[in-house]
Amino acid sequence: MSMATGAFAERGADLELVGISKRFPGFTAIESLDLTIPAGSFFALLGPSGCGKTTTLRLVAGLEEPTTGRILIGGKDVTNLKPYQRPVNTVFQSYALFPHMTVLENVAFGLRRRRLADPVGKAHEALRLVELDHLAARKPQQLSGGQQQRVALARALVNRPALLLLDEPLGALDLKLRRQMQLELKTIQEEVGLTFLHVTHDQEEAMTMADTIAVMNKGRIEQMGAPEQLYELPKTAFVANFLGQSNLFTGTVVGTTSTAISVDIAGQKIVVPVGRSHRHSGDVTVGVRPEKLSLHREAPASDPARNVIGPAHVIDVSFSGVSTQYLIAHPTLGTIVVFAQNMAFGPVAHVGEEVWVSWDIEHGFGLADDPADSPRFAADTDTKNIAAQRHAALITELGEA
Amino acid sequence: MKISLGKWLLPVYAVLALTFLMIPIIYTFIFSFNDSLKSNITWRGFTLDKWLNVCQVQNGAVCEAFGNSLIIGAVATVAATVMGTMIAIAIVRYKFKFRSATSLLLFLPMATPEVVLGAGLAAQFLSVGVPKDMTTIILAHTMFCISFVVVTVKARVASLDPALEEAGRDLYGSPSQVFMRITFPLLLPGILAAALLSFALSFDDFIITNFNSGSVTTFPKYIYISASRGIPAEANVIASAVFLIALVVVVTTQVSAAARAKRLAKLG
Repeated sequence: MSMATGAFAERGADLELVGISKRFPGFTAIESLDLTIPAGSFFALLGPSGCGKTTTLRLVAGLEEPTTGRILIGGKDVTNLKPYQRPVNTVFQSYALFPHMTVLENVAFGLRRRRLADPVGKAHEALRLVELDHLAARKPQQLSGGQQQRVALARALVNRPALLLLDEPLGALDLKLRRQMQLELKTIQEEVGLTFLHVTHDQEEAMTMADTIAVMNKGRIEQMGAPEQLYELPKTAFVANFLGQSNLFTGTVVGTTSTAISVDIAGQKIVVPVGRSHRHSGDVTVGVRPEKLSLHREAPASDPARNVIGPAHVIDVSFSGVSTQYLIAHPTLGTIVVFAQNMAFGPVAHVGEEVWVSWDIEHGFGLADDPADSPRFAADTDTKNIAAQRHAALITELGEA
Repeated sequence: MKISLGKWLLPVYAVLALTFLMIPIIYTFIFSFNDSLKSNITWRGFTLDKWLNVCQVQNGAVCEAFGNSLIIGAVATVAATVMGTMIAIAIVRYKFKFRSATSLLLFLPMATPEVVLGAGLAAQFLSVGVPKDMTTIILAHTMFCISFVVVTVKARVASLDPALEEAGRDLYGSPSQVFMRITFPLLLPGILAAALLSFALSFDDFIITNFNSGSVTTFPKYIYISASRGIPAEANVIASAVFLIALVVVVTTQVSAAARAKRLAKLG
């Protein structure tokens, strides 16, 4: 990369948020947030709309002022600096390309404001990075959505900011283009070595791209960690269900060994390894991912290494090509979701059939939530299932295209 | 043979309406070439004299009135456009005390009958002892033009994505740079439209002007006064010239806009 010259940042900088809160008249968007993002990492803030993730981003950019707390970039306090004084650039959700300027002038805008040498040359270079240099003379409205998105990226990247903020930049693109841009963004981030802070509500996007994900809910960070860690060992019911789906059961710990805890759930015993549970006594919520479950048409032989639930009845079967999703109603445990890979031709169990499910003890997890605070998490509702099916269908569609 | 009403009615109606609208303009234009004496009512023969010596009649009274109207229009337009644009941005972008009261006050001059406005202003100038001259006309025109500027520019500001200005700030633009390079160029079409409207309103105004002009004569006032004695052909010359200039401006902008759209389409 020859782009890194002169006044440009050679590499990303740490971002540190200390005790940040933001109150708007009538509601609190962020509540005492502490966050450190190491230099050079691809960090995703994941959460539903209204969780405070975009506000966090705007605070870092300087477009909002925090009610309390400090913001440090590369160890330097920037809390009171204006947006144009911060070594930060943003890729806006709406791209916010200047409609009265050419693509080239859009990209050169930041360089010209900082009076850096050779703004045109550097802008061309940034456009080459996103493979759009041949459209430099066009106006933004003559470009497709994906192209506009890349121009917005080039316009931010060309400044070599210590920190690049991405505000749901892929939200307006169709699924196929979004997947492609996810990979491209990740490649570019590795190439330029800057710190990326990516805000999204798409859990797949966050897991595909980020080194570290912070799951945000109601102005707080629920859990932070590597994608695999968050997925395999969710700490709260919110994380367990926002990042993929989970089957959750609440009960009381009835036995503890040095390696595992046994939880009594409505008369059914479920074993979870000590190392995979955040709580070890009293009431706990334990869970398992739907794809970790095996479906049996006959009662499986007792195996100390597996948890078994059953008999229960299949109430819904939806075939999506790669896998089949079964909804199983258990008389006391409620609805259980199972994703089964289609090893046979079509579904193996049918609606109304009596089945058992089992899973490797090592695949379960125990949440840190106090079940008294949050009532037993309702099993996946129908709308969620519809969403999951739609999602699976889209992926199939993408595979065919 | 059957006559289709629908096929003929609309074109006939359109031609009649257009003719009705165009006759006064064509009449004015033709009579600017009339070799008239005192009154310009009967056709006395073709001449170019009036066009060539437009400022000679009545010691140049027509031209003086026209000049006054141009000066008043220009000054009032600049003042109203600058202030109106600032007010429009403030009303859309900022929350402040009396914001809705300001909006209401700005709407009032448009809703008030001109006679009331003109008479009220005249009484005000009289009571504070300001002599009526060009300045009072300009003040009066600026006042009612501001309302129209605010309404026009406000719509433009409201449709401007705030993210564009945020992007400008994010890309190291100071507040003044963001205004000059992003906000202003994007508002410019609205501001130009507002300025054109202001000038047209000011140039055209008779009622408010008549109340507040004292001995100063503007072009509409001149025509009104001379109407009783017979309007000289020179007034027709100026009116025709203004019409032709406006026509040329409109046609040029339309043609160049069409050419630009074609060029853009070719690029895309």
